[in-house]
Amino acid sequence: MTTVDRNLDQLGDHGHHDEGSYLNPKYGPIATVWDWMTTVDHKKIGVMYLFAVLFMFFLGGVAALALRIELLEPTRIDETGNLTGAALAFFAEGETVSQAAAGQAYNRVMTMHGAIMVFMFIIPAIPASLGNFFLPLMLGAKDVAFPRLNLASWYVYVFGSLFGVFSILMGGVDTGWTFYTPYSTTTTGQPQVIAMVLAAFILGFSSIFTGLNFIVTTHKLRAPGMGWFDMPLFIWAVYSTSIIQVLATPVIGVTLLLLIFERVLQIGIFDPGLGGDPVLFQHFFWFYSHPVVYVMILPAMGIISDVLAIHCRKRIFGYRAIAFSSLAIAAISFLVWGHHMFTSQGELAAMVFSFLTFFVAIPTAVKVFNWIASLYKGSITFTTPMLYVFAFLFLFSIGGLTGLPLGTLSTDLHLHDSYFVVAHFHYVMFGGTVIAFLAGLHHWWPKMFGRMYSEKGGALGCALVFIGFNMTFFTQFFLGTQGMPRRYASYVDEFTLLHQISTYGSLILALGFVVHLVVFLHSLFLGEKAPQNPWGGLTLEWETETPPIEHNFHHEPVLTHGPYDFDEVVPPGWDPKDYPLPEQTPGGHKH
Amino acid sequence: MASIDTHQPALPEPGNEKVPLWQRYTHGHHWRNADDEFDAAKIGIWLFLATEVLLFSGMFCAYAIFRMMYPESIAAGSSYLDWRWGGLNTVVLLISSFTIAMAIRNVQLNQQFWARINLLITWLCAAAFLVIKLVFEYIPKWSEGKRPGSLFDYPFAQHAHENVWWSIYYVSTGIHATHVIGGMVLIAWLIYRQGKGAYGPTHYTMMEGVGLYWHIVDLVWIFLFPLLYLVH
Repeated sequence: MTTVDRNLDQLGDHGHHDEGSYLNPKYGPIATVWDWMTTVDHKKIGVMYLFAVLFMFFLGGVAALALRIELLEPTRIDETGNLTGAALAFFAEGETVSQAAAGQAYNRVMTMHGAIMVFMFIIPAIPASLGNFFLPLMLGAKDVAFPRLNLASWYVYVFGSLFGVFSILMGGVDTGWTFYTPYSTTTTGQPQVIAMVLAAFILGFSSIFTGLNFIVTTHKLRAPGMGWFDMPLFIWAVYSTSIIQVLATPVIGVTLLLLIFERVLQIGIFDPGLGGDPVLFQHFFWFYSHPVVYVMILPAMGIISDVLAIHCRKRIFGYRAIAFSSLAIAAISFLVWGHHMFTSQGELAAMVFSFLTFFVAIPTAVKVFNWIASLYKGSITFTTPMLYVFAFLFLFSIGGLTGLPLGTLSTDLHLHDSYFVVAHFHYVMFGGTVIAFLAGLHHWWPKMFGRMYSEKGGALGCALVFIGFNMTFFTQFFLGTQGMPRRYASYVDEFTLLHQISTYGSLILALGFVVHLVVFLHSLFLGEKAPQNPWGGLTLEWETETPPIEHNFHHEPVLTHGPYDFDEVVPPGWDPKDYPLPEQTPGGHKH
Repeated sequence: MASIDTHQPALPEPGNEKVPLWQRYTHGHHWRNADDEFDAAKIGIWLFLATEVLLFSGMFCAYAIFRMMYPESIAAGSSYLDWRWGGLNTVVLLISSFTIAMAIRNVQLNQQFWARINLLITWLCAAAFLVIKLVFEYIPKWSEGKRPGSLFDYPFAQHAHENVWWSIYYVSTGIHATHVIGGMVLIAWLIYRQGKGAYGPTHYTMMEGVGLYWHIVDLVWIFLFPLLYLVH
């Protein structure tokens, strides 16, 4: 493909010969901590992000379990005025607690779950952790374009999250993660609401920093020989995600700023009592928060494209269709915000938004069909990442298809604000994003930490997560169609059985995560040393050492084959244990 | 960038104090060359400018909505503003945009003295903008009771929703003024670094970036001025 002398990189530099793994401590313990805290290495920042978002996932998950346990039984007031209901004490202790106070506590835990999961976990989860680590490696670069901005992004993320945690410690917020006015400007708890809104505002900056960095990196730091259509599909997905992050986040920035002014100074822009327009807040909010749904799912789709191709060792079907569908989703995502507010706008607007909502299903379906076509005649291996890919295809399809009745105006009138909506977006966000995150985490774990994980343990965790997830949320489709409204602390007796199945499912789901945690900890301390390329991947991150050296590659890699050219590069019957692959680019070799 | 070669020849003596700072600049280790680094910085700045435009677009959108909802109140509110102060500030910002562009041209030609003069004029214009805004507009209006939202206390108001007009006015010009203050900090940093000899024909990335930022601050005002002061 090129005539570059393989022993030299573009500037004739002889590269980094004697570097060790980026994980090797170079100093004493305290200096090593300082080294990590001030690092501009995208790999270390990616790992720090990984642990930060996993911690937030834990916090949000605990809140979710608390909600499910409260919903195990309906809350009732008996003749003597006492409250009954499963584990209600969990929320509001003492016998004299009123139903209103218990409901308030429920609302606060629900807001904590929503706000943490959306702003602190799922938006940064894939791009900032796996994206940060692998985007430069997959491009063959030494780092992202602006390494210091990258570190700043992590600190801003932590700083913003502190405001969120502060808000929870102060007693929490009961507005829901959407902060709808006028409720959010009038509800009790002045400092908590401001702190939580400020947290979301600050977290927006970290999101913009990451997105901006990735766009520039993709434009300017691709390895010699790597054209746009030689990039792994994960990069296309993260690139499209970054465009949304950069273009949508400033709008939520100004919206939340106005909300804070509204709360502190009563400026009246959103307050109908002062002549303001609360629906304007909804428009502003969803102009960001709908595109951000694709910030959550697009990188997940990127992971699926790459993991699926590598684990069935087959050229991805319809490379360009998948790449362009990412961009199409990013573009259309800006035009569908109105479907979150079908009932608060005119009929014509609702019809237009309904049509555009169906339109966004097309590029999404293009991806799903291409993935399934890629499986045809592939050498499918049932590794944990691949099991998660199958889980994704199954769950995400359910999530996507149940979106259609919600986008249809007539059926949405019945289903909106019900558990059907809750089940739908959990099938997309959890069944899509979190499942793909787990696929990616298992797929790249050996590269990140240099250790293999237990396949049996991983498969067990995957099975538990899959079963638990479906028990938790499939029941909620039934609850929703039968009329169970979302965000309620109690329900009529007829719903008890379905709620109980859902709650027991959530416990199985939690058990699945505990299994994963044990497997990962076991891998870190006792895991078998990982080979350079355990899955036989052809993307550039597999051509450097495991774990990667500090400057990623001993020499600037030169692309000699596409990311999915398994037919040309991998001989028939090749087993990952036969490492290395017969034809290697020079990036990984010492000279 | 096209005519200037940023591939530096071998340096005379690294650490030689007589060689100005900009000649001793070496690009970041993860870049192939200084050209790529410069281009990347420029793409980054342009993306940042896009976020700025979208930030202000929220305010412009709110302006449009309330103008549609309460046309009389907004028109009345607009007539309280004196176009002469707004016009003067427009001229001040236009001059500062010109001088910062000249400063960049000066460092490209290594005219360090004139670069310094132009940067100083830019900073003074920014300060003048804020003084005019504060002394002749914010303070008199606020003390007359022309305040946003629930703080509104102007006894001679003719329309029910003039408080909303003042909310729009204070928030949009306030966010803009915050950007002017941010620009002053950045320009002050440029003046300090320029004094150290950090910018020259082969290295002026920071100047270029701040210059672009300063132009967007100017441009936002170019839209705010007619919307707030001139349209009745």
